[in-house]
Amino acid sequence: MKRSSDFNELATRSGEWMRGTGPESDIVVSSRIRLARNLADFPFIKRCSDEDRVSIERTVRAKMEQFANWDEVHYYDLEQLPEIDRQFLVERQLVSREIAEADGARGVAVSADEHFSVMVNEEDHLRIQVMHSGLDLKTAWNQINELDDLLESAILYAFNSEFGYLTSCPTNVGTGLRVSVMLHLPALVITRQIEKVFRSMQRINVTVRGLYGEGSQYSGDFYQVSNQITLGRSETELVELVGGDVVPRIIEYERKARDYLVKEGQQDLHDDVSRALGILGTAKKISSEETMHYLSKVRLGVNLGLIDDLAVGTINKLFMQTQPAHLQKLHGRLLRSSERNVERATYLQRHLSDAFES
Amino acid sequence: MKCQYCEKPATFHITEITESTGSQVMHLCEEHAKGFLQKEEADPVASIASALAKQLDLGQTKKELEELDRKACPVCGISFFEFRNTGRLGCPFDYTHFAADLLPLMTNIHDSIQHVGKRPKKTAAADSQAVIIQLRREMEEAVEREDYERASEIRDELRRMEQAEEGMGDS
Repeated sequence: MKRSSDFNELATRSGEWMRGTGPESDIVVSSRIRLARNLADFPFIKRCSDEDRVSIERTVRAKMEQFANWDEVHYYDLEQLPEIDRQFLVERQLVSREIAEADGARGVAVSADEHFSVMVNEEDHLRIQVMHSGLDLKTAWNQINELDDLLESAILYAFNSEFGYLTSCPTNVGTGLRVSVMLHLPALVITRQIEKVFRSMQRINVTVRGLYGEGSQYSGDFYQVSNQITLGRSETELVELVGGDVVPRIIEYERKARDYLVKEGQQDLHDDVSRALGILGTAKKISSEETMHYLSKVRLGVNLGLIDDLAVGTINKLFMQTQPAHLQKLHGRLLRSSERNVERATYLQRHLSDAFES
Repeated sequence: MKCQYCEKPATFHITEITESTGSQVMHLCEEHAKGFLQKEEADPVASIASALAKQLDLGQTKKELEELDRKACPVCGISFFEFRNTGRLGCPFDYTHFAADLLPLMTNIHDSIQHVGKRPKKTAAADSQAVIIQLRREMEEAVEREDYERASEIRDELRRMEQAEEGMGDS
């Protein structure tokens, strides 16, 4: 493992969660699993002294530095990293917003391919995460299970046979496992069926959350489906509940809604998608929410074959790189919000015209 | 009245009561009210609070709950009241110390009280880990009251225990 604080190379790539590959990737953006783990001989984070946090960070980092085959794993010291860089890691979904905004000793180990990250001193001492593009929870589970075994070989976990892996919040206790699948569901939103679909999910122990644009007039049509319970079911049962049962049903509803839109409202849809592309390609200043909103429509248009000259990969890359920290990293300096809106519009124009010409 | 977040008429008037801010009235349209209420549900503090409220309905008297609030963990010192307010426990030993009090909560949240699934290959004697946490806290308290003699005694004791742990881990 090597210590790192340089993001220039990372900024030019689209990141795992927006790669746009893998099974069902026209609807499923990413599959993520995380495990919450705590060291047995320290209080939980909220009760830790500053010294405790330093000890935990040092202990865990030292253990990880000794892992074989971890030469290409980067370790970022989040206490030292400037805010813009922490925000950058949040946008790539390699760290949580909570750990980015927290204080004190904390860090994250990130694999070179960005498939896994291990956060140290988040709400729990360790938050292990594996992410794959598309619907691929089985691969994610196998990988995180191995990663957990490796960490467990070096660290004594807080565990008891009744409540399982002990966590700071009782909502995570037991397996400590949270499966989250991010879905792009524009057709269910347009046909106003999304509420109905989610209401039917509430009885079966899954949570659905809208991502981005909550509380604003724009929606990016991205939704995250996660297991609600963590105790009393095995890890593979929880993975199966979300990945084998719930998500395939939502995918089926979204496909039906897309078919319906193509059959019944092709002209309206085509108009909507083309206008979205027009705004993105010609605007002189644009906020990230508005960008997300129109990129979502364009993504649907590309997936339905209404736009020919644009690859899904390009759209995914634009989603990633128009976020505030990415934009500033690529621009090479910090920008005020109003400057960012101008820079974002310039960036979109340049990349969308490239796409049309090629 | 208009919604706080958009131009639509506010049809939901939600009063939110929290310890830190007192009460706060929100005026929201249907759409934003739904978003707000859904977010509340996903919040662990809120879900723990609602699970505990259900317990209150299910026969635990106010007096019993007040007594429970005062109960504190001997290892990390957190009281049940603090846990209830933050939704976060203080140390692994809380799951032993408050075990009986947590059971109804677990049933409410997870519909289960028994872990099924992966187990670590090595588990420590939970007691010795708890003692380490407790000694560290006592050492910090000794330093705070400037009782350095006691603090250094505890530090030696801690070193012995931590070395014993390391030895066990390596074998």
